[in-house]
Amino acid sequence: MRTIKFLLGKELKQIFRNKSILAIIVVAPIIQLLILPFAANYEVRDIDVSLVDRDHSSYSRKLISKIQGSNYFRLTHCDDSFDKAYRHIESDAADLILEIPNGFERNRILEKHQQLFIAVNAINGTKANLGANYLIRTLQEFNEGLPTGAMNNSGLAQRSNLEVVFSNWYNPHLNYKRFMVPGILALLVTMIGGFVTALNIVKEKEVGTIEQINVTPIKKHHFILGKLIPFWVLGNVVFTIGLLISQLVYGIVSEGSILLLYGFITVYLLAVLGFGLLISTFCESQQQAILITFFFMMIFILTAGLFTPIDSMPEWAQFTTKLNPVTYLIEVMRMVILKGSTLTDVLPKLGVVALFGVVLNTWAIFNYKKTN
Amino acid sequence: MKRLLAFIKKEFAHVLRDKKTLLILFGMPVVQVLLFGFVLTHEVKNVKTLIIDQSQDATSAKLISKIKANPYFKIEASTLNVRRVEQYFKKGNAKLAMVFPANFGREHAGLHRTKIQLIADASDPNYATTAENYLTAIVQDFNSEINWEADIRYTIQPEMRMLYNPELKGAPNFVPGVMALVLMIICVMMTAISIAKEKETGTMEILLLSPIKPFWIIVSKIIPHLVLSVIDVISILLLSVFVLDIPIKGSVLLLMAESTLFVVNCLSLGIFISVETSSQQAAMLISLMGMLLPTILLSGFMFPIENMPEVLQWGSNLLPAKWFYTIVKAIVIKGLGFPAIWKETLILLAITASLLGISLKRFKIRLE
Repeated sequence: MRTIKFLLGKELKQIFRNKSILAIIVVAPIIQLLILPFAANYEVRDIDVSLVDRDHSSYSRKLISKIQGSNYFRLTHCDDSFDKAYRHIESDAADLILEIPNGFERNRILEKHQQLFIAVNAINGTKANLGANYLIRTLQEFNEGLPTGAMNNSGLAQRSNLEVVFSNWYNPHLNYKRFMVPGILALLVTMIGGFVTALNIVKEKEVGTIEQINVTPIKKHHFILGKLIPFWVLGNVVFTIGLLISQLVYGIVSEGSILLLYGFITVYLLAVLGFGLLISTFCESQQQAILITFFFMMIFILTAGLFTPIDSMPEWAQFTTKLNPVTYLIEVMRMVILKGSTLTDVLPKLGVVALFGVVLNTWAIFNYKKTN
Repeated sequence: MKRLLAFIKKEFAHVLRDKKTLLILFGMPVVQVLLFGFVLTHEVKNVKTLIIDQSQDATSAKLISKIKANPYFKIEASTLNVRRVEQYFKKGNAKLAMVFPANFGREHAGLHRTKIQLIADASDPNYATTAENYLTAIVQDFNSEINWEADIRYTIQPEMRMLYNPELKGAPNFVPGVMALVLMIICVMMTAISIAKEKETGTMEILLLSPIKPFWIIVSKIIPHLVLSVIDVISILLLSVFVLDIPIKGSVLLLMAESTLFVVNCLSLGIFISVETSSQQAAMLISLMGMLLPTILLSGFMFPIENMPEVLQWGSNLLPAKWFYTIVKAIVIKGLGFPAIWKETLILLAITASLLGISLKRFKIRLE
């Protein structure tokens, strides 16, 4: 116990001595948490439409004003040829081309159906798909609004009308920040915990002070614990600041128990710090440690389900996300803060993360050798 | 010239000596581009859906079988009790619930007008709205099929063409983005470390004692990493063409030139960071903590820039990755030539020049 106390004293001194690192660890997350959630909005709206109207009839104008009236579309260009409109797509000035062919109105009267030509910039597949969907819906509404055909006037057939009513639980106003702020906080806590610990033991190796520790009677697990605890506290401090920011700045109040959140983050930090320490014991230089940690962090962050949905990944990839601790944290943050899930809902995930923590830390202790 | 060559040789020796780092430097971009090319997509697939069919009649059964056949939705359960929905949502076992009212079929047959309720777990609003939109489209499709049988009306037949990416895959959007991201981080970090390391280990003093000018010291630091990064670029491009099936529509030469420019840009950012910091740790943490998330979020490949508040839209202009992302998309996917991207190129050049200029100015030739 006394040994750990002394080791902790040494680590804390080293952390507080280096003011610039401390500033990065504490200030960088705060700034990012204040800025980044504003950027993360995937809502598809303001689709820029480039219009090629070859008909110039009252009917085509009616259709155009209907499209303009929808919230989703913004008529940015009116071109006289498809090629010109295509150039707007190339320069990203438009997302979609709507071409109304010559004889649009005439065909309606003569043949009862008309063709419209739509071309969508589909580099971003989802945006294209949604944009096309909105446009089709608008066209259908336009169809409904037209005077009905002969059959209907006789009153024989009645049109079916299936209405879909939405209710969005847990986030009725579809506020993206409610989802992104806890998620980004999760990423920041993970990055700090992982990077700082990964660099730590390796620095002692690089500077040579590790040999001095190796010749003392300090036990291996004492040494690892001495490294673990200060950063564990630091992680909790950053997490607390983050929670305060999300409450004060974004007005996100947790639906579930804060205690449960802290319980989870405590166990989670052990897992992430253990991961960092494990990498640290494998590497000889800080450069190696940071590169390896970065490699894993980037995979962890991008596949954690915050930016792209896990359910859409191929099956083998969905399986790998089960080995990704960040997935669990983001999921639990979302569950507790937004849905008010309780301990019983979270328990399976807590168990897995605890298992990660035990395995990674034990591995780190075994892999740290006091002799060369 | 001979002096410079000697310096470059020294830097190469530093880089090539550390085999583990070298392995990571070459392996990382390859693994990540492959992984993200196959895994990342904004598409919403396999939405875990609950069906609460309170009417259980022929019409609802027909609509349900239509939804079952759709690859976007995965029916988790057809529970009867609405109260169970919350349990599913709280455990994260379902994202969407579709509730048919008890008199669905009767209402539809008699009044030709009825309602379906969709309940979404909107804690992830992106996911919820996309799933709702897809499901609404299915319902409307179903509706117009019925109408088609009931009466013959004139219709507007939209003919849809998806440009550049007819299969709506995720890769054409993500590969240019990940390419920018990986190159950015590797280049910035590697150079940021290299000068900071010399400061930390004390060898900076020796470098400064030599008669070579600071400018050439910086150049000699950049060149080995430039060579490594260009090899990385080539391997990423080969992978995306042959494994991910994204052919390069435009000029390969132009793409290589632009990539080199971007690499030099990132390297000079790294130099700038390392001039400003005194320890390796600080240099690394700044380049990672400071660059990773902002590059992912603000460069436009994850979230559309036009949705951001204006301050952030303006701020995103400072990110080299944003410009490079636009350039790669234009060359690889749209097949455009230099006239379409001269503006972006100019901006990258300007950022590079100013970063190098500032670093040179702030490069201290005396140690405190």
